[in-house]
Amino acid sequence: MSRKAAGPEIEELIALLGRMPGLGPRSARRAALHLIKKREQLMRPLAAAMAEAAEKIVACAECGNLDTISPCTICQDARRDASLICVVEEIGDLWALERAGVISGHYHVLGGTLSPLDGIGPDDLTIGKLVERARQPGVTEVLLAFNATIEGQSTAHYISAELENAGITISRLAHGVPVGGELDYLDEGTLAAAIKSRRPL
Amino acid sequence: MEIQRIGQLTGVYAISASCQFGTQLSGKPARHLYLTRVSLSDFRNYRNCSFTLDEGSAVLTGRNGSGKTNILEAISMLSPGRGLRGASFSDLACLKGAGGWTVSAHLSLNGDHVTVGTGQKPDVARAGQSSRVVRIDGEQASSSGILGDYLQVLWLIPAMDGLFTGAASERRRFLDRMVSTFDSAHRTRSNQFERAMRQRNKLLEMGERSERMFEAIEAQMAEIGTAVAAARIEALERLMHYSGTPVANGHNGFPHAVLALEGVLEQALQERPAVDVEDDYSHILASGRDRDRGAKRTLSGPHRCDLIVRHGPKDMPAALCSTGEQKALLIGLVLAHAKAVKDARGGLAPLLLLDEIAAHLDDLRREALFEEIETLGAQAWFTGTDREAFAPLRSRAQFFDIDDGTVTPMEGKDLPGPLPMRVG
Ligand SMILES: [Zn+2]
Repeated sequence: MSRKAAGPEIEELIALLGRMPGLGPRSARRAALHLIKKREQLMRPLAAAMAEAAEKIVACAECGNLDTISPCTICQDARRDASLICVVEEIGDLWALERAGVISGHYHVLGGTLSPLDGIGPDDLTIGKLVERARQPGVTEVLLAFNATIEGQSTAHYISAELENAGITISRLAHGVPVGGELDYLDEGTLAAAIKSRRPL
Repeated sequence: MEIQRIGQLTGVYAISASCQFGTQLSGKPARHLYLTRVSLSDFRNYRNCSFTLDEGSAVLTGRNGSGKTNILEAISMLSPGRGLRGASFSDLACLKGAGGWTVSAHLSLNGDHVTVGTGQKPDVARAGQSSRVVRIDGEQASSSGILGDYLQVLWLIPAMDGLFTGAASERRRFLDRMVSTFDSAHRTRSNQFERAMRQRNKLLEMGERSERMFEAIEAQMAEIGTAVAAARIEALERLMHYSGTPVANGHNGFPHAVLALEGVLEQALQERPAVDVEDDYSHILASGRDRDRGAKRTLSGPHRCDLIVRHGPKDMPAALCSTGEQKALLIGLVLAHAKAVKDARGGLAPLLLLDEIAAHLDDLRREALFEEIETLGAQAWFTGTDREAFAPLRSRAQFFDIDDGTVTPMEGKDLPGPLPMRVG
């Protein structure tokens, strides 16, 4: 057995930090050490923030966004354009679009894309809820802001077929979003251009 | 080189690689693209190896297993894709090294100097990852596709000897590699089509009944598949641009090939606009679901396309020709491709990697090959065990001795002896 450098509490902290995306064992140790050194300024407030977030964060029953209230802050915002629903694959895409400030309307988070190879079918996504929302009075456009992958485009095709008789405009991002380029990684200018030049399917 | 469209609707083209043999013998054509330095580290059997050269072609000789082909493979890694052996990147590392590898080269491009490099870091290689790093003048590039903007590399290796008699998939790969040299997006589109088809095959295998699920995926297959087929046709039409009359057999030792594409989309595109063909393919897929369910895979599409090659002068399928004739046809095809690439790239001839080619040609064809390359203005890389086979290149090429991981330039008495004067 290898020798332990610290007691089980510290080892546990390092092991958990090491499970964060982008943190390997080495950076997890550095992060742990940093937290321990800054116990009052950082570690306790962080622990409290995490405990509170873990307690309160819920998925919005309307759009699938994560917030501490449901319906979420975006869904409750009366200044937003209720006629437009922008459909995204993941919450990270919603965050990217919000950062860029390019969507005036509401969102719908699908929770992934259709991919038989990954065992993901329509029932694993929030497509049913989207169809229900799109049929509500006042909704005039559904914008499908998907990645330019095979799965993203197949999902766009599937959803537009589902919404065919809803009497609304279905649009998608113009080509020019790089192939397989995930929305989350695009800069704000590119995102804004893609949204601006959207076109009906 | 001359290409002629034989049938208007059948997609049959005749290609001949006769570059007016003999007309440019007096002046050495200027080479616009050539390597001036090649460096390998931990690549195959090379720990650390670097050598310089000028614009002339290179002849690498040495015993079997000394690593001649590995040098060619290293150079082929300077183009998009997986190189001339189609190897996994993680298999390229020297067994004695740390697990990573690099290949870099200085190239002279229309008089400018550019450094291109590629490789895998040890940790990435050990993890068996399928990505490699590409650097152009020290700047990391986002994908290997950018290499195609700088240099094109074509090759002919002994493994291609059975091209005409072997599986259609090999000819399709050969075809798609040619297409990619004209259309850099072809590789991406082919991968996307493959991905979409695998999604559909999964639905077939699962016994999925939702028409809408099939339609969603088939729409992608139809759009991308039609683009894949159209790019294949365009590549052949690009060759057709240099149309002329096929030259009689024996003119330069390399008979012209008559090419055709056999494939549902490729044939339809000869007759109908792409939008209609895309619709047609959607219908084919939709109506073929039951049949495909039985097979658990997609039975029609651009993934079944075959490149049909005929010996022009003999009007005979290439597969029925003698081994020697097949080799000559293949060389003619690669030379024709090189010429088309050169003209498509504003006079930049591609690098040619010719592994163990010269030894199997008679004197006449060997000299014809050397002349073709000279006229083309390409830097060619030859390998062989027999130095004497390259005697005609004595004053025109640079000779290197390859011995177990080392590359040594040869000069003077080590060079092959001069041949009796041939009167041209
Ligand atoms: Zn919400």
